[in-house]
Amino acid sequence: MKFIIAIICTAASAFALSLFMPWWSIAIASFIVGFFLAQKNYVSFLVGFIALFLLWTILCLIISSGNNDLFSHKFSMLILQKDNPILLIIATGIIGGTVAGFAGLAGSMARKIFVKNS
Amino acid sequence: MRILSFLLVALVTIGLIIILNTSLVLKAPLGALLSPQQGLWQNAKSDIEKKQIDIKTDKLVGKVNVYLDERLVPHVFAEQDKDAYFVQGYLHAKYRLWQMEFQTIAAAGNLSSIVGNIALQRDREFKRLGMEWAAEQATIEMEKDAEIKMACDAYTQGVNEYINSLTAADLPVEYKLLGYQPQQWSNKKSMLFLKYMSYDLASAADDFEMTNAKSFFTKEQFDLLYPATQDSLDPIIPASTALPKPARLPVAPQLADSLTTKKGDVVINEQMQPDRENGSNNWAVAGSKTKSGYPILCNDPHLGLNLPSLWYEMQLNTPNMNVYGATFPGSPCVIIGFNDSCAFGFTNGGRDVRDYYEISFKSNNREEYLYNGTYHKTIWRVDTIKIKGEKDFIDSVAYVKLGEDICPVMYDKTFTGNKTNGTKNYAVRWTAHDKGNELKLFYLLDRAKNYQDYTEAAKYLLTPGQNIIFAAKNGDIALRTQGNWPAKWKGQGDFVMPGTDSSFLWQFMIPQNEVPLQYNPERAFVSSANQKPVPQDYPYYLGRVYPEYRGLTINNKLRAMTNITPQDMMTLQSNNEDGLARIILPRILSTLNVSILNGEQLKILDSLGKWDFVNRGTSTTPTMYDLIWKNLNDTIYSDEFKGAPGKVKRPLESTLAETMLRGEDYVFYDNINTAQTEIISDVTTMAFIKMCDTVTALRKSGGLMWSKYNNVRVTHLARLEPFSRSGFMANGGRNSINANHGTHGPSWRMVVSLTPETEAWGIYPGGQSGNPASKYYDDFVGDWAAEKYYKLWVMKVTEASDKRIQSTISFSKN
Repeated sequence: MKFIIAIICTAASAFALSLFMPWWSIAIASFIVGFFLAQKNYVSFLVGFIALFLLWTILCLIISSGNNDLFSHKFSMLILQKDNPILLIIATGIIGGTVAGFAGLAGSMARKIFVKNS
Repeated sequence: MRILSFLLVALVTIGLIIILNTSLVLKAPLGALLSPQQGLWQNAKSDIEKKQIDIKTDKLVGKVNVYLDERLVPHVFAEQDKDAYFVQGYLHAKYRLWQMEFQTIAAAGNLSSIVGNIALQRDREFKRLGMEWAAEQATIEMEKDAEIKMACDAYTQGVNEYINSLTAADLPVEYKLLGYQPQQWSNKKSMLFLKYMSYDLASAADDFEMTNAKSFFTKEQFDLLYPATQDSLDPIIPASTALPKPARLPVAPQLADSLTTKKGDVVINEQMQPDRENGSNNWAVAGSKTKSGYPILCNDPHLGLNLPSLWYEMQLNTPNMNVYGATFPGSPCVIIGFNDSCAFGFTNGGRDVRDYYEISFKSNNREEYLYNGTYHKTIWRVDTIKIKGEKDFIDSVAYVKLGEDICPVMYDKTFTGNKTNGTKNYAVRWTAHDKGNELKLFYLLDRAKNYQDYTEAAKYLLTPGQNIIFAAKNGDIALRTQGNWPAKWKGQGDFVMPGTDSSFLWQFMIPQNEVPLQYNPERAFVSSANQKPVPQDYPYYLGRVYPEYRGLTINNKLRAMTNITPQDMMTLQSNNEDGLARIILPRILSTLNVSILNGEQLKILDSLGKWDFVNRGTSTTPTMYDLIWKNLNDTIYSDEFKGAPGKVKRPLESTLAETMLRGEDYVFYDNINTAQTEIISDVTTMAFIKMCDTVTALRKSGGLMWSKYNNVRVTHLARLEPFSRSGFMANGGRNSINANHGTHGPSWRMVVSLTPETEAWGIYPGGQSGNPASKYYDDFVGDWAAEKYYKLWVMKVTEASDKRIQSTISFSKN
């Protein structure tokens, strides 16, 4: 249950921060959740990764379908040099997930240094 | 240990962010680009527009409503002219910001600031051509005119209003990709854009190539390669038109003929040139030739086919004007279009208005130059070129005053551009440097009511000189070969001239009251297609580079046509007959030595013989013709041109065509490397056989079909392949009215029937949005290639609830 709550908290705060901060504010969101919601280190990594992987891929899918996937074809040609929108969306999710995963891990490890009995 | 591993993970996180936020490791900042809340994905959201947008600003005087129709064409209804230009600027920026700014950055020679030092040579060339200097002069001149200053000021405010409202997520795709931010717009940027058009249309100069040719060939060879006249000339202003007597004639200096460059004295190897295929068609037919009894005006300017398009369609309605047409993102006003009284359009004048003078400096420091026997002080301009990731490049450019004209020394020892050998100095005299207020032409045409207004407006067009066509609802049609043209003596400006002697300068400009024009001519039509403007006996020298075949086809068709409908005119604009092939191919085929051809070759000969000279995209015959004609030019000239200096003017295709049609012997038929003397049948047969080999190879690779070979395409301005369009089926060719050729073609086709209720049609190969993520980015391309048109909707203020309107933007005072 805590695992799911942590994922939702990470995704929600990453979304909110990104409204007025640069994209890498997702790392701040994930770090904070990792710090305050005590979990095992590897769980915190997973929370960050899954939260941002889901957030970014779902956002991409919503935007892309609103645009009839018109742009995702051109966009994937540009970035991947091949016409594969799904691969581009997965790559987007992995990038967001990896950054947030490491940030969550860092948050969790920081807690273990700074908070006693955690 | 815990602290150490935490620090390690924190470092990895920060490292990842840095890698994904910059181009230090990866080619692009992938995190920033792929973030769905800020990166490129955001740009895909633009099509989901609100039905109603309200914008409040204190820069307006009254209210403005903008109705965007189903093709995203804005219909702007403003209470004040000033507000209409504010909104035009706002809309240009909203839909085309990146393109507008990119074009002015390119024009000013500042590309290095975006792409780094690979653009430095190009930037220096543009700065040294005086592009930015000319735009600064033009801004001063324009701002003296209260009306035009009002329009430009309002336009600039509108652009900046949009720029200031932009969020990081809304930034156009290209800014995110190239990693820079839009800067504030200014009147100077609008002038820079117009100077870019002058560069594109009026900067072709053959001086160096011709000087090289003259130094390499004998006089006899030279005269055969570059004749001053064309046989089949059908000028824009026909011979029957009475032209005003010149008040004064230019006098050739005594030295002019004897002035020859030394043999082998190469002045230049290579030169940046605008595209030679820049050309256009326009014509207007009088009511006596049309079914409706009212004039029809047509225009299709052939320019580089780019995405986002050069053009943006719009309607501007105020109590003082109601004008519809194609606008330039970057400039106020409608450029090619029509209002409630008349229609107007342009083709390029194409005369030589850029000449080079060799300058003699007293010493290496270039501080003084010799002119008319005495030394004069150099005027210095210091250009600073910003380079991405490097320190600024400072370029000190010498400007010299020749007579009354200040000319930049483009090439000298500090800048050869890898083109000159650096020992000589060449100053450029170009009409685009002269004081002018060209925007006023469009400002007045947009409001023109009659022929007098058109004449008054036309006088403001100095550079780039154009054939301005006009038709009005009262039945008037007219065409002026307008521009600020130097009155040249025969041969002036063909070669680099000495800058030390005032007798070689342009002596005066052809007076405005001598502009060759046609007003309601007896033949009941006016037309131009970049051919020579006037008959051979014109008293001023016009140079030799004019394409003639499109003009011939248009005039032949128009002469024969009666009871013309707008549909007929659209068909004529899309006419794909090849004006040159029609006359030259039968001549080529008649000379072939058929007895040595094999079965496969005879089959190809048979299909060429049956060809109707139409450049159909689905056909393979136009490719065969094009190959044989290119081979023929190559076979005939390449032996003589072997060993010529790097850049030598090649003969015009009309030169060879006319020689062949006259049936004369031609020394160039002979291959100078063989013992025997070749005659015409030898070279045509050789060219034919070589073509057959290429045809076999192309057939194997699937590239024989004309649309594949001609490869009509629309390329992104920054050459980003996924944002370009290619591989579609298109008809046409260089010498067809439908002048499709590679990345060149009809950039805006327009047909206007001046009936009491105006009816108009138009299309351009692009789309209203400059955003590559939008469905409106390139939605016209397919219809354009298929030669279809859109009916242009001149909206009335009472039609605000029409179902064609998909969204409304209301501007009001804060």
